[in-house]
Amino acid sequence: MAAVQGGVVDGKEEVSIKAEPQSDGTGTGDAADGTPPSASPGSGAAAGGGKAAAGAPEDQQTLLAVLQFLSRNKLSESAEILRREAGLPEDALEPKGTETSGSGPGGAGDVDGGDPASLLSRVTVCPAAAPALAKVTAGDDQPDVSVVLSAYSQQGDPALYQVYYRDLKKFIEMVLDCHRAELSQVFYPLFVHMYLELVYNNHENEAKAFFEKFSGDQECYYEDDLRVLSGLTKKEHMRGNETLLDFRTSKFVLRISRDSYQLLKRHLQERQNNQIWSIIQEHLYIDIFDGMPRSKSQIDAMSGSLAGEAKREANKAKVYYGLLKEPEIELPLDDEDEEAENEEGKPKKKKPKKDSMGSKSKKQDPNAPSQNRIPLPELKDSDKLDKIMYMKEATKRIRLGADNLPSICFYSFLNAYQGLTAVDFTDDSSLIAGGFADSTVRVWSVTPKKLRKVKSAADLNLIDKESDDVLERIMDEKTASESKILCGHSGPVYGISFSPDRNYLLSSAEDGTVRLWSLQTFTCLVAYKGHNYPVWDTQFSPFGYYFVSGGHDRVARLWATDHYQPLRMFAGHLADVTCTCFHPNSNYVVTGSSDRTIRLWDVLTGNCVRIFTGHKGPIHALAFSPNGKFLASGATDGRVLLWDIGHGLMVGELKGHTDTVYSLRFSRDGEILASGSMDNTVRLWDAMKAFDDLETDDFTAATGHIHLQDNSQELLLGTYMTKSTPVIHLHFTRRNLLLAAGAYNP
Amino acid sequence: MAEERRQKQCSVVLPTESMKAMAESVGVGQLQEESCIALSEEVSYRIKEIAQDALKFMHHGKRRKLTTSDIDNALKLKNVEPLYGFQSQEFIPFRFASGGGRELHFYEEKEVDLSDIINTPLPRVPLDVSLKAHWLSIEGVQPSIPENPPPATKEQQKTESTEPLKVVKPGQEEEGTIQGKGQGASAPDGKGKEKGLIRLKPRSTHELSVEQQLYYKEITEACVGSCEAKRAEALQSIATDPGLYQMLPRFSTFISEGVRVNVVQNNLALLIYLMRMVKALMDNPTLYLEKYLHELIPAVVTCIVSKQLCLRPDVDNHWALRDFAARLMAQSCKTFSTTTNNIQSRITKTFTKSWLDDKTQWTTRYGCIAGLAELGPDVIKTLILPRLTVEGARIKAVMEGSVVSNIDKIGAEHVQSLLLKHCASVIAKIRPQPDNVEQYRADYGYLGPMLCSHVVKARTQAALQAQQVNRTTLTITQPRPTLSVSQSGLSGSGGPRTPSIIKVPSSLTLMSPRPGTPSQPSPPATKYIVMGTSAGAASTQQVITLSSSQSASPVTCTVPSATSTLQPLVKLESGSGPGITTSRPLQKYIVVSLPSSASSSLEPKSSVLSTSISSTPLETGMKLERSESPGASTQSPH
Repeated sequence: MAAVQGGVVDGKEEVSIKAEPQSDGTGTGDAADGTPPSASPGSGAAAGGGKAAAGAPEDQQTLLAVLQFLSRNKLSESAEILRREAGLPEDALEPKGTETSGSGPGGAGDVDGGDPASLLSRVTVCPAAAPALAKVTAGDDQPDVSVVLSAYSQQGDPALYQVYYRDLKKFIEMVLDCHRAELSQVFYPLFVHMYLELVYNNHENEAKAFFEKFSGDQECYYEDDLRVLSGLTKKEHMRGNETLLDFRTSKFVLRISRDSYQLLKRHLQERQNNQIWSIIQEHLYIDIFDGMPRSKSQIDAMSGSLAGEAKREANKAKVYYGLLKEPEIELPLDDEDEEAENEEGKPKKKKPKKDSMGSKSKKQDPNAPSQNRIPLPELKDSDKLDKIMYMKEATKRIRLGADNLPSICFYSFLNAYQGLTAVDFTDDSSLIAGGFADSTVRVWSVTPKKLRKVKSAADLNLIDKESDDVLERIMDEKTASESKILCGHSGPVYGISFSPDRNYLLSSAEDGTVRLWSLQTFTCLVAYKGHNYPVWDTQFSPFGYYFVSGGHDRVARLWATDHYQPLRMFAGHLADVTCTCFHPNSNYVVTGSSDRTIRLWDVLTGNCVRIFTGHKGPIHALAFSPNGKFLASGATDGRVLLWDIGHGLMVGELKGHTDTVYSLRFSRDGEILASGSMDNTVRLWDAMKAFDDLETDDFTAATGHIHLQDNSQELLLGTYMTKSTPVIHLHFTRRNLLLAAGAYNP
Repeated sequence: MAEERRQKQCSVVLPTESMKAMAESVGVGQLQEESCIALSEEVSYRIKEIAQDALKFMHHGKRRKLTTSDIDNALKLKNVEPLYGFQSQEFIPFRFASGGGRELHFYEEKEVDLSDIINTPLPRVPLDVSLKAHWLSIEGVQPSIPENPPPATKEQQKTESTEPLKVVKPGQEEEGTIQGKGQGASAPDGKGKEKGLIRLKPRSTHELSVEQQLYYKEITEACVGSCEAKRAEALQSIATDPGLYQMLPRFSTFISEGVRVNVVQNNLALLIYLMRMVKALMDNPTLYLEKYLHELIPAVVTCIVSKQLCLRPDVDNHWALRDFAARLMAQSCKTFSTTTNNIQSRITKTFTKSWLDDKTQWTTRYGCIAGLAELGPDVIKTLILPRLTVEGARIKAVMEGSVVSNIDKIGAEHVQSLLLKHCASVIAKIRPQPDNVEQYRADYGYLGPMLCSHVVKARTQAALQAQQVNRTTLTITQPRPTLSVSQSGLSGSGGPRTPSIIKVPSSLTLMSPRPGTPSQPSPPATKYIVMGTSAGAASTQQVITLSSSQSASPVTCTVPSATSTLQPLVKLESGSGPGITTSRPLQKYIVVSLPSSASSSLEPKSSVLSTSISSTPLETGMKLERSESPGASTQSPH
């Protein structure tokens, strides 16, 4: 702060600022370490290099400045390359340049891959970027390094910004219809960057005028961001604002056809509109494709996220979306099944048995990951028993369809006083847990079986460990009750998840911890600390053992219950990770964020393998179809979007809800998608139909251009209003009865 | 619009005056203008930032309302110490103050003595969270149970009856008609498709499910059956159940047919039961009755004006039924009359026409007058008062004439008391003070002297109430929101207003299956005076006429005795908000039973009683008996 206002820049001060992120400030080597995380220096340098090639004298000067900077920070190798590329004589460099240090190439490499690196360590980006800013401000008039490094310092006449923008607007309004929609995409990022440039260069009034003039033209789905932007009128404000930092450091991605792009380029060059051109070059990533320009509706379907659309190559990685093979436990199942049937005195039916056999003898899905791609926990005896129960229930499952809708049982939380924040059911629907704003977690038994604790250690010593009903004997009958309260968090509980074996419960809360509770003793076993900010959601893997959490720190973490530190950190979202979900084969994790994107992460490598854009609001619900092929997502915009994971495409849009969709669930066989929302309704959608008539021809898959027909009304099978009870959780029982839960708000 | 709003968003900055005020409050005296501007911009920005973060917490808390704890959490996120202190569940209103050329908005923060807090009794422990399950849908069909919202909202029922092409009934839509549901979503692209289709009104079959048929059978049987307890339950169900919409046509037919048959058979009891059903239907907030008025209104009117309603007109109290039906009529006029259907004017015309007819029987005459009188003081003033002389002459002819049938005499008596009851209060309002008997005789003929005494009584009562009311308005100034009620509207010659907090419109209480209703035909009405006294001995009075039962009905044999009817009266609830229940002293009620014949001599006694007790301001929100209807029968505060 002081440095900024002082406007004095000398080497010493610079070093001292740079040393901020790391406490041990020991001169120049340290400064070199400070560079890589902020991506802007890299891009700035690259731009400088490009300009030097053009041969303008002032560019030469900036180039020299860059060289000077590099050599001062002992990045001699990079300096050498730059010098050679720019065609500068050797003597342009100062003698220092000959010293080589190991950090040079490393630093250069980091600059190249700056984007992921900066995102990976958001924590370090923030403080690191701030000094970068601070440095930049000082050198407004001086031909100093900082001028080149600053992302926003290149300024034209502030009064001309409006003219530039209006000029471009006029041009885009005049072009042929087929190009207009595509080129209009440029408006929003340009608008934001121009506004930020004005703000950054202390032209407050011009910035305000600019905002007032053109903010109304922007697409309505950017309104939330614009609101943030409108509050920001001073350079000082930019420092702490993470949204803006992201906007600055990550490039806004646009997809534009080659023809449209050429048009734009020609126009800008004709008009000598360097201001806009340089913004486009520096801050936008234009993904050019060959072929027909896209229509307005196609563009609208995919846009809306904080950082533009996903790059095409981002969704090219192979995803093994198939299911894992079921473990071989048919034999006991059949025996049990027959026994059970015999006991009931019913004639034995061959048919269901055959079915279950048939489904299991299925060959390995070519799209499935190998069985041991990630290590999965061994099946215990109790798990096998549960599997058998599952199979048995599955044979009694109702087949749902458009004319066979499920019954819905609604669990209302009464007297919750607006405090219910999260709900989960166990897979066998025997327990229900609620997270509350008063930091408690409550567990109810919805079957006649009451909740009991295990006896104390002293009492456990007394029981006969050899007896057959030892599992029954260890339970303390005196503690039997219908519900139990788990206390331990120190802030509102936002996420809750049962383990598949019903022995554990996870909860994540505002206090930054994820807690693992035992449902045997009803005590807290572990508090996983790592997120320092509120943890919005947590989910167990379908096989147990692993779980994922995501929170305000924009990172999703993968944990194993027996490690107190995360196994993977999934970084890349530009805003809070609002919801998380495991793929049925447990090899992938999907996260939704308030940057309005959905990302699919590979658990094995930790890479982001899919980025889905198209939502216009923070995402609050995610669900995989049972076959693992499709993903459904719901957001505050009230829309539910359907995605094909294999092709990385949006395949459907379900409109109908009028408020945030908080819960999504596919029926056990995947025929029906149920969605629950803040608008007090449960809606049922025909998932079969939605996925049936998909046009997944090669062209669509290759270009990623989707044609969505608006058929939400045909797909909507039913709307069920509750009596002022927002629906915050849905669950299909093993027999396809739909359970819904929410707190009654009188 | 959005643009404008956004522009506003851009420019909203806290005024520099607030900065100054805040600086002063923490002891910084002279803050320079520039610093103020800088501060206000910074503060505005930070506040916006915090608000945006707080919004996040609200979304994750799955709420629509931003709470103080959200703000606290947002502050915590920014590493700012959150605000400590009591959290307020209620909305904290800003107060406005100006002075010294400055305007301020602030909220009242009283300094609270800690010992006060410690010494106050603990508030009631809030109810614990509990879980309740119900069926939201059974195989795709939403059951009509109280836990679910009514299948068709009133608006929906209304649009259906007024614009049948626009709405598809829930539960009836199939693939073809499913677009109707999309109206809420209003997909812009869907419009083109819908234009092409010609919308046909779906056949409204009103088919009832087996359960609904059973329910219908049970309800109708209970309503006209002999067991009073069952009937009460059935009526309660009709008045509250949200899912009756499908059955409404059946009910309406049941009532109209029932009235038609029972009028012919002179079955008074059944007619009363049917009217109570009408009342219950009208009380049900989820039903849209407009479509069935053509069946219900004739039935009700029949019960008001029919020549004969019972087998022994000289003994049975069919008058109560007429009164009751008249009140129902008035209520439906009030709720359903519009400029298009003109219910009120049509009804008024009907009544007036038959009243003017000389050959009209006394029974019908009574019904017409009752029907008109219930429509309000304006109707009384314009239609009844001018005819008082004529009517008086007619009554005189019967009363003092030589050979008249007993029935005529009784009829004339009733008409007379009815006229006195309704006209007195109106006259008291429109006539200037000195009440001269001779003057009255000149103006109103035979009824003049009696009217005069009634008017005098009405005046004293009004004065008494005005006195109390005036005092009440004084007490209101103390900050008790639930008490600051528009009771002052009663003072002096104010129009007919009911106190607004007490949602007990006289017509509403009528049909509650309590003794107040004419559950049984019974000729002599007993009157009760209920005195409500609070600790400060403020009192108000209610005159309640109860038709104490007599097993006069030939059909039914239930005999609710006077003692049983008495009981609910004591449960009289003071109708004020729950907010003050803890601090308010208990109310006492005195129930005085008067001889049944004393209806005319009732008023002086009651006023004497009340004056003897009342002296201090009325503190409770109890309903005041309005002066214009001191003798209103079947008043039962619920």
